[in-house]
Amino acid sequence: MENQDNQPTIPQPLVSEESLSPEERARRRFVGWLLGIVGAVVGVLLCIPLVRMALYPLFAKSGRAGWSDLGDANQYASLSTPERRVIQIQDVDGWRQTISEKVVYVTKGPNGKLRVLTAVCPHLGCEVAWDSSLNKFKCPCHGGTFAPDGKYLSGPPPRGMDTLPVDIQNGRLMVRYEYFRNLVPNKEVIG
Amino acid sequence: MSDSPVTAKPPMDIQSKEPQGVSNWLDERTGWKEMMHEFLDERIPGGARWSYVFGSGLLFILLSQVVTGIFLAMYYVPSADHAHTTIAYIIKVVSDGAFLRSVHSYGASIMVILLVVHMTQTFLFGAYKGKRELLWVAGCILFALVLGMAFTGYLLPWDERSYFATAVGTNVISEVPVVGQWLKLVLRGGAGMGTLTISRFFVAHVFLLPAALLIFVGAHLFLFRRSGPAGPPSADPVALKAKTERFYPKQLLMDSAFALLLIVILALLAHFVPKALGPKANPADTQFIPRPEWYYRPIFQWLKYWEGPLAVIGILVVPGILTVLLVGLPFYDRRPERRPGKRPIAVGIYSVVLLALIALGIVSYHVDHADPSVAAQLARQEEAEKEFMRQPFQPEMAAGSASAAAAAASGSENPLIAKGKQIFESNGCVACHGAGGVGTAMAIKLIGVGQKLPPDKLADLIRHPNARMKAGGMPAFPFSDEDMKALIAYLDSLK
Repeated sequence: MENQDNQPTIPQPLVSEESLSPEERARRRFVGWLLGIVGAVVGVLLCIPLVRMALYPLFAKSGRAGWSDLGDANQYASLSTPERRVIQIQDVDGWRQTISEKVVYVTKGPNGKLRVLTAVCPHLGCEVAWDSSLNKFKCPCHGGTFAPDGKYLSGPPPRGMDTLPVDIQNGRLMVRYEYFRNLVPNKEVIG
Repeated sequence: MSDSPVTAKPPMDIQSKEPQGVSNWLDERTGWKEMMHEFLDERIPGGARWSYVFGSGLLFILLSQVVTGIFLAMYYVPSADHAHTTIAYIIKVVSDGAFLRSVHSYGASIMVILLVVHMTQTFLFGAYKGKRELLWVAGCILFALVLGMAFTGYLLPWDERSYFATAVGTNVISEVPVVGQWLKLVLRGGAGMGTLTISRFFVAHVFLLPAALLIFVGAHLFLFRRSGPAGPPSADPVALKAKTERFYPKQLLMDSAFALLLIVILALLAHFVPKALGPKANPADTQFIPRPEWYYRPIFQWLKYWEGPLAVIGILVVPGILTVLLVGLPFYDRRPERRPGKRPIAVGIYSVVLLALIALGIVSYHVDHADPSVAAQLARQEEAEKEFMRQPFQPEMAAGSASAAAAAASGSENPLIAKGKQIFESNGCVACHGAGGVGTAMAIKLIGVGQKLPPDKLADLIRHPNARMKAGGMPAFPFSDEDMKALIAYLDSLK
């Protein structure tokens, strides 16, 4: 059996649409529409998981784990001078998390309510220390001083110490750590 | 220009009175109608057939692998430190991450199946004959490249399963005479498996092998269109020639239907049986029994029979002969006869080898199943995987993190923790939970257990293990309150 079949087929002259019968042309057009529509629907369906995956970070909950625990709220009831506390804050960056420690002071406001101050000086960001002998806060860098409730007393800082949002949750004092713009007269949160 | 005679189709002649419209505008500039014509009106001798869908099915899965691979790479980090965490993040946190990773992983398996079917169909139809040697060789190279993709991709999650399977796989390569040791070093980027290995495998998986795939897929398609389809093996080639059919619409419809079937299979598998991720690779784990993915099982089983000085026969000689026989097929099989019934020797050898591979695969699973200690360990490994999948995602602690520093600073400085560590080590806890509580295939890791369970609950579980713990081999430890306090302080320090 000598077959020419094993030879590569010689490319035949391309036949144009016009040479087809009208039924054949209609069939081709119908299949074209069918494939186009089904293909488009399936294609869009397949894109849904891809888009959801790619855009996940936009809809993920923000990176900061909101509240840090300052312990039983009752322990601060008889507070007379500000107490220094180190809180842990968690920053989640995708699959990574960073735990950093921040210094805050638990104190009382003029109305006797608990108030938590960030130790960051509103002047140039040094860590403000509590000086019990002077009964006031004193910044070690440029000597700014603040009252026990954080109010501005003297020195270069443009405003008093910044208060942080607090909440009592299940009897525990919780604080949400924030950063503030320095060198401006009014408190301004920067994330 | 204006004096030249009007040609049948002046592509750039703005004066032509051709029909207007976007498609014509585009056609004049790109010639897409001609291209579509070329693509769609290919003549298929003997007409459209379901047996031709596997090649286009492979092309479709390849496209799916490329797309899902790109999206996985959006989150994946190729390093021994982070690879496992990032895959866990993809699976447990990212929207549809588990689904797409499963599509990618199952896609590899489906690709191997389709390759075997496509090759078998080509072989049975004798479609490699008649000046199609290069087409066949390009196909064989593609087969090897896909197996390479499967091998390199398998390591990337860096879990116990993938780590140990690849450790064995690269060890096998070192058995090759003369250059074996050197090849292993090159593949691993060093004597052992480490972060350099993962970088190399990643580069091979996403740059080198895909580039080669692209080239050879292009060559394969070009050579295919050049030689044309062979058609079914028929007694009467003249009749075959007489009854040709265009690729469009029937064959394209069949190919599309098959692609749709593949999508449905992949989506159902990925949705209902998502691929698991095991615990992070622990090179110190001596219990783990490595097993390759199913498509490497036949070779895995085969290699078991060739140990010692004869290993070279099993690893190199026999596979070498089979490869030469397969790749060289169109060069030495010059008879024009294509009907499988008239090619008993070729079809016989092919069938025997294929059936032998399938049998080896089945034997491999059977052997594991029949040995109770192996079966028990494999079951434990599977349970460890399930347990890992049940746990919520644990983000990686960034370097310089306060508690990471604190954990590193603690340790033996605290006498209570030091005492707890001593209790942990002298009561056999280490045997199953590993040094430092890192966990082994026998028992879960204890790192972070202090954060998950309150101390009294932990103490209670150590004194009275629950049913699941008992089943896993956890004995009850009646420690004194004082010892228990120290032990729990130590467990708490494991972060």
